[in-house]
Amino acid sequence: MHWLRIDRYYDGDGAAARSVHQPMMCQHCNHAPCETVCPVLATTTSSEGINQQVYNRCIGTRYCANNCPYKVRRFNWHNYTANSDFDFNMASPLGRLVLNPDVTVRSRGVMEKCNLCVQRIQLGKNQATLSRRPIADGDVATACQQSCPTGAIVFGDLKDPNSRVSKLLAGRRAYHVLEELGTRPSVGYLKKVAPQEEET
Amino acid sequence: MSDLDLHRHDAGDPLLPPTRWIDGAPSLHKITTDISRPMEARPGRGWWICLGIAGLAVVNLLAMVGYLFAKGIGIWGLNNAVGWAFDITNFVFWIGIGHAGTLISAILLLFRQKWRTSINRSAEAMTIFAVMCAGLFPLIHMGRPWDAFFIFPYFPNQRGPLWINFRSPLVWDVFAISTYFTISLVFWYLGMLPDLATLRDRALGGIRKLVLRFAAFGWNGSQRTWSRYEMVSLILAALATPLVLSVHSIVSTDFATSLIPGWHTTIFPPYFVAGAIYSGFGMVLTLLIITRQTMHLERYITIRHLEAMAKVTLLTGSLVGYAYATEFFNAWYGGNLYERYHFINRATGPYAWCFYLMVLCNVLVPQALWWKRARTNIALLFVLSILVNVGMWFERFVIIVVSLHRAFLPSGWGMFYPTVFDIGILVGSFGLFFTLFLLFIRFLPMIAMWEVKGVAHGD
Repeated sequence: MHWLRIDRYYDGDGAAARSVHQPMMCQHCNHAPCETVCPVLATTTSSEGINQQVYNRCIGTRYCANNCPYKVRRFNWHNYTANSDFDFNMASPLGRLVLNPDVTVRSRGVMEKCNLCVQRIQLGKNQATLSRRPIADGDVATACQQSCPTGAIVFGDLKDPNSRVSKLLAGRRAYHVLEELGTRPSVGYLKKVAPQEEET
Repeated sequence: MSDLDLHRHDAGDPLLPPTRWIDGAPSLHKITTDISRPMEARPGRGWWICLGIAGLAVVNLLAMVGYLFAKGIGIWGLNNAVGWAFDITNFVFWIGIGHAGTLISAILLLFRQKWRTSINRSAEAMTIFAVMCAGLFPLIHMGRPWDAFFIFPYFPNQRGPLWINFRSPLVWDVFAISTYFTISLVFWYLGMLPDLATLRDRALGGIRKLVLRFAAFGWNGSQRTWSRYEMVSLILAALATPLVLSVHSIVSTDFATSLIPGWHTTIFPPYFVAGAIYSGFGMVLTLLIITRQTMHLERYITIRHLEAMAKVTLLTGSLVGYAYATEFFNAWYGGNLYERYHFINRATGPYAWCFYLMVLCNVLVPQALWWKRARTNIALLFVLSILVNVGMWFERFVIIVVSLHRAFLPSGWGMFYPTVFDIGILVGSFGLFFTLFLLFIRFLPMIAMWEVKGVAHGD
């Protein structure tokens, strides 16, 4: 189950084409097409603006995935945990050690998607509370942000105009994917501005 | 023909003579014995063979659905790009089939169409069985039926604010289909009461008499009973009439309220209703052509009934063709690039053959029914009625799968290929439908005797 898909596009034609890529995950839309169609309210926007998936509420109609313009929702077609039909890590007791113990295991028939590492957000809030201070920008890093070697992924509080992510998204390079559909995503992208070699 | 009729036509009345819907003006007693025969005699070999084949398909359905519940819906050909395919296609297909029954029993009753009397009972039965087959698919397509009750608004609600989402068209479906099933069942059963009483009075005794006595609810055929009965029938018909239009309109919102190109369109409700009636009449034709032949009821289900149904098929088939053309026109005229791409892809993409099969079966083939020779040729009608339903199944497949297999972002593209379980469960649903129908024509009066008696001797 890949929650972060790396989309590849070709810029240019034929042999001159350059491959460019774009990480695509749940855009945490403020006007989410997935939420209105779920018959049981298994996917809703949290008070913090995260589009959250309630695993034990999901009955698996898959309408949310059909209606997602970014196609970033993933369905558990089978039970993958402790299932010898699949050669996945979840199938063996040793392999399960590599899985994140902080994340709920999803059973079959349940939809899932990027949750912006809600467990890390909760941990960051708890640690801030323990040290008796408000949560600060940079206290929480999502797993993808942590593992990206070039620091291309930034996470933070969009309601705080001074957070790093707010400043980046306020810049002229920022855009939202499929903005014209009116989904109002929380996730934004920065246009790459790079000098290109002139062809001689 | 009564004296009055003779007099009118002898006087050179320019009106056409009134259509006789029953051949040979049989006596009232003969009508009763003819229609009761399948229930009072032992079934023939043909019935047993058909039941055997349909029963095998039901066994296959049970086995495959059992395996599905054990393993998960990954055994189907679905994937993250195409999240619905055969499951919802079959659901919409079966719901559509049901609509002809309600149209015949309710709308044609209100419009006082006498030709409905011979076919309304079996068409209503078809509705009920088709809705049962349809209801199966939303239940099994989730793969975990034990959680299906989440979709019902249940009391007491022990889950606090977490209830159902009234904005979701899937919830509207639950209400629409359960209402439809309830009204259809009540209307069908109520319509059978006088006939069940007739059968009760004919029964010689034993368990048959006991069951029929119970099932007829103490019908005594008095003037007062009949008068109330007619009133209740009219009220139920009035309640069922809006359902003919509303149920499939709501089913169409499963697609129309989304933002997928090919689904997001306001033409869907009327287009789906026309398609539903078209496919329903196709199925009524298929069933009645078989049963009138095998049960020897040609006198009651005449070529004129088949012709009337063929006319409705022609009308609704042409409406469907008009809707197809409108969709393409709007894709071009609307100027939405995603929409335009979708329709170009529908006609030239990997599933283009499904699209052309659908156009052939739903738009071109029914045009043959402009000719009376075609409308009165039973063999041709039979083939055509099957093509109608092939076309309508593919229409839903095209709408669902072709819209889903291309997404806004190319990385969300995919293909759907059915597995043996997709096909097996589709075949199984036909088995369930035909099993129920075969049991119906064996155990219940498949023609409304009391209504046919009212039209057997002209007006």
